[in-house]
Amino acid sequence: MYLVDAAAVIRSKNAGPYELTLDVIFKTTRWFDHAIETNLLNKELICQLYRVSEDDVLRIVNFRPANAIKVTIVRPIASGAIGETDVYGAQQHAPLLKIVFADGAPK
Amino acid sequence: MIRDIEADSELSELRILSPTAILGYGFPEASFRRGLERRPHAIAVDAGSTDPGPYYLGSGISFTDRSAVRRDLKLILEAGRELNIPVIIGSAGGAGAKPHLEWTLEIVREIASASGLRGSLAIINADIDRERVLSAFRENGITPLTPGQALSENDITESSQIVAQMGEEPLIAALQDGADVILAGRSYDPAVFAALPISLGFDRGLALHMGKILECAAIAASPGSGSDCMLGTLYRDAFVVEPLSDDRVCTIASVAGHSLYEKSNPYVLPGPGGSLDLTNTAFEQIDERRVRVSGSMFIPAKSYFVKLEAARRMGFRTISIAGARDPAFIVGFDKIVEGVRKRTAENFREIDQSSYTIRFIVYGRDGVMGDLEPDRTEISHEIGIVIDVTAASQELADTLCAFTRSTLLHFGYPGRMSTGGNLALPYSPSDFQAGEVYEFSLYHLMAVEDPGNAFLRKMARLEER
Repeated sequence: MYLVDAAAVIRSKNAGPYELTLDVIFKTTRWFDHAIETNLLNKELICQLYRVSEDDVLRIVNFRPANAIKVTIVRPIASGAIGETDVYGAQQHAPLLKIVFADGAPK
Repeated sequence: MIRDIEADSELSELRILSPTAILGYGFPEASFRRGLERRPHAIAVDAGSTDPGPYYLGSGISFTDRSAVRRDLKLILEAGRELNIPVIIGSAGGAGAKPHLEWTLEIVREIASASGLRGSLAIINADIDRERVLSAFRENGITPLTPGQALSENDITESSQIVAQMGEEPLIAALQDGADVILAGRSYDPAVFAALPISLGFDRGLALHMGKILECAAIAASPGSGSDCMLGTLYRDAFVVEPLSDDRVCTIASVAGHSLYEKSNPYVLPGPGGSLDLTNTAFEQIDERRVRVSGSMFIPAKSYFVKLEAARRMGFRTISIAGARDPAFIVGFDKIVEGVRKRTAENFREIDQSSYTIRFIVYGRDGVMGDLEPDRTEISHEIGIVIDVTAASQELADTLCAFTRSTLLHFGYPGRMSTGGNLALPYSPSDFQAGEVYEFSLYHLMAVEDPGNAFLRKMARLEER
């Protein structure tokens, strides 16, 4: 199974013009807990999926009230600057969809 | 009006109606009427965002449509005056600088005149004088918001206008001056919802957190919508949010999930004068449609900081849109583009190459994610190309875009079969002027001494022409 099967929401959005924030809201507390226990969304994985350096991964925060994990990275360029591809940062979530999520038996 | 509410010292709850996520995004009249039937103490709406990018702030143009803003404002202003409750509008005109504020004021005046509205109107300008920012910069009084870049004097002098996000203090001052309608420039989104409650002694943390949720209207409901109404009821120890359409409900997931939205850290939300701390926040489903929230706290900062925002003009843009279906062209695209760039530079040798940029956005490859795209192996059977040229003048951008497009159209490459042309152009004319190009130049913090009076506030009457 993939993360897309365990999550109710997988989205990206600007958090101000200089940061891009990725939210994964799990369907159940069990899957949320499982993701935390297995350190599913870790720095190394984010660097690999987004081709960024560790310094560009600003924080990874668990938000229990929403069964959510939030990852914030530095935007490659300020929102709307020359070279922009996604002013709102709303379509940068796709690499997260196919993270392998093996409930109970993580690989 | 604020005095009438103050007279009721027993006031145990305060209801705030949020009609829409952004003024001009619309709302169903049925939802709005249902909200009015609940006898709200104020109607508040956040009209803006930096999300649409630097152009709107820099150019002074609204990202919302005038007719749509007028439609929303008419319903809101008429209801506010009829119920004799304050109407508070923040970040007027989208980016909330002086031209945006004046644009919205003109619409308010039109509506007031056509509908015969009477009452007092406060206008609060969010522009910050450039000299003031420069002197603060020279005294090391400007702090970058990591990972924002370090600031230079040029960033300040080249900015077309500078705004600061005001907190609730100037809005409270306007309420205390007896304003029936407050039209404010750039404002911290929750401030317009929190101003009245805070002025009446309700908890600042709860009031601001309720404002955080209400500022996006029904986006925090399920199914979410930026163009439907929400009602917030603030008590002394908690608040309750509910949608005003039977098609939606508020759930713990929708409300708590919204706390994440567009924020980098869901537990600590910095704003003017301090941070909203959600570490001890509890969300409780009280019935099918309503969620109760408690435990949110406001932690004041040692000094009162406001966030400065500004944009500067980088030049002008002309674009051309094309598609390609030839596999050899698609595989060889990067090499072909290299050749086209070289030809263009040679052809216009007298033009300084640092005065323009030529970029190819390639849909079907990495057009959406650019450098962040991890999938570099899949090659689509067709690609969409945007030739994106920026230059110091519109004429130069036109020239370079036209030359790049025609060169790419007929460029020879190894294995070329399609000698009729490399591009499928969907339009005639093929090139489009996109006008001025801006970038954010300021997104920094500046300390202010007296946040209530740091912004120019003036009182007027709705019935004045």
